[in-house]
Amino acid sequence: MKIAPVLALSLLLIAPVEAQRGNQPPPPAPRAGAPIDLTGYWVSIVTADWRWRMVTPAKGDYQGVQLNAEGRKAADAWDPAKDEAAGEQCKSYGAPALMSVPGRIHITWQDDTTFKVDTDAGTQTRLLRFPSTGSGQVAGQTPADAPHTWQGVSQARWLSPRPAVPLQLRPVERTADAPPIRPTGGSLEVVTKNLRAGYLRKNGVPYSENAVLTEHWDLYKRPNGEQWLTITTQIEDPKYLSNVRLVAPVFKKEPNGSKWDPTPCSSRW
Amino acid sequence: MGRTGRIVSIVFAIAATPVAASAQVDLTGTWQRVGQHDNGAAREPVDLLGMPLSADGRAKALSYDIASLSATERQCQMYPPIYAIVGPFPLQFVMVPDPVTQKLLAWKILGWGDRDETMIWMDGRPHPSSLAPHSHGGFTTGQWEGDTLTTVTTHAKLGDIKRHRGFSSDRATFTMRLNRHGDLLTATGILEDPVYLAEPYVLTEIYRLTSNPNNFPLTACEPIEELPRLHENPAFVPHYRPGKHPAMNEMTERYNIPLEAVVGGPETMYPEYRKKLKDKYVPPPPVTGRGGGPPPQ
Repeated sequence: MKIAPVLALSLLLIAPVEAQRGNQPPPPAPRAGAPIDLTGYWVSIVTADWRWRMVTPAKGDYQGVQLNAEGRKAADAWDPAKDEAAGEQCKSYGAPALMSVPGRIHITWQDDTTFKVDTDAGTQTRLLRFPSTGSGQVAGQTPADAPHTWQGVSQARWLSPRPAVPLQLRPVERTADAPPIRPTGGSLEVVTKNLRAGYLRKNGVPYSENAVLTEHWDLYKRPNGEQWLTITTQIEDPKYLSNVRLVAPVFKKEPNGSKWDPTPCSSRW
Repeated sequence: MGRTGRIVSIVFAIAATPVAASAQVDLTGTWQRVGQHDNGAAREPVDLLGMPLSADGRAKALSYDIASLSATERQCQMYPPIYAIVGPFPLQFVMVPDPVTQKLLAWKILGWGDRDETMIWMDGRPHPSSLAPHSHGGFTTGQWEGDTLTTVTTHAKLGDIKRHRGFSSDRATFTMRLNRHGDLLTATGILEDPVYLAEPYVLTEIYRLTSNPNNFPLTACEPIEELPRLHENPAFVPHYRPGKHPAMNEMTERYNIPLEAVVGGPETMYPEYRKKLKDKYVPPPPVTGRGGGPPPQ
């Protein structure tokens, strides 16, 4: 008997087992079923891109951002006085830039299906909404008539470790009636659209209202008690960017909000 | 039981396990660096911005003269493990099976020109004694937590962690967290060093799986005579005396960034440090094009 047909037959036999696993109660609400706990106060750690994040860089200094010709033209036209006159001091605090702005974030559950992310820098609030049970809406879908705002409309979903065939073939060591061992960890995926045009950096490096932001929030709980949060960030904006922008700001968890320091948006600092 | 029977047994054993405790993702392949951070990029010879250096770490950095690499015994010195995140080349992951059981024994990140390979042992073996020999690649173990691979590296030799601007000692520990999201791989690196760092140095990098395995393979290094003055006096190591680094003020002159920030320190990586800068910093005049420094890798 050839091995390939045997494997194919065996994998077909797995399918009903997987289907049986699907006959389970509906998943819990996003808050109750959270595979990781992101709530709390977090401080951004600025070890990368310091010169463009901790101080306002020179006008025209957009190194590290792959702007196209239109993007460079917009960046070269940056005028903070004009933004102040228009009441648009928060242009560099929109969702595509906000997690890279030095500061602290406070993550709470607004309700069972909505994460609330407050920032002390610029006093902004992001709402990361999970689809309500039965709404039929999935992450990545955004109501077409939603207004464009600095923080846009964010759809969230949990990504749990996949029950995939492991690469490391371990012998079955557990008895048949032992409770299943669930893989630990997981990730939060957030897709944000309906953004108001703003700046990726304080000095006018632009993104447009058509930008789409995709994030993966990953938690690392260390044995020494430290907790780190890495946000893998993709920004797609064909109007101003010649390539997808990819950055991964990192945060360290703090025990409380004693260092929380709200400051208003600024066009210059 | 014949071979076919064994295969069927294995497949059924997997199917009977509701969820594998060691859920894993496949890292095999070449991962092109696509993150747009300036982790290793710097133009000015003194650029320690945001590096949590200790007093010794700062002294080491400011005494360093890149001409020291021309000394015969230093020409083949390789970059330390953190260069998987800091360096310019792709990560090439290879799975290493146990030759008998075919179970995953280790992941290997292939070396490149001047960075040693990293063998990530996955079989639970302990790290060796602190007295064991140190190598350029160090000793690394790995562990899955769900779909995330965490690696811990010890026993690496002294090496530079920001292109000849900052250093880790042979007592450093480097922890790397690898999260795969589709064809993207994010690495979060945490370097801890009781000698040259006052707090952990944390960096991230993003890679994209590519079918183009372009790389700069690790090759044998052969020292040659680069600077005759070093061969005339083999006991001399090029260096700068305290406070005498000739490029100490370049960043301040070019970007108006105060020298106290340029030389790093743990306080410089926290948001509240901006308050110390606010009254001292004035943005430099506008630049044209992409002026002001090198593009990140």
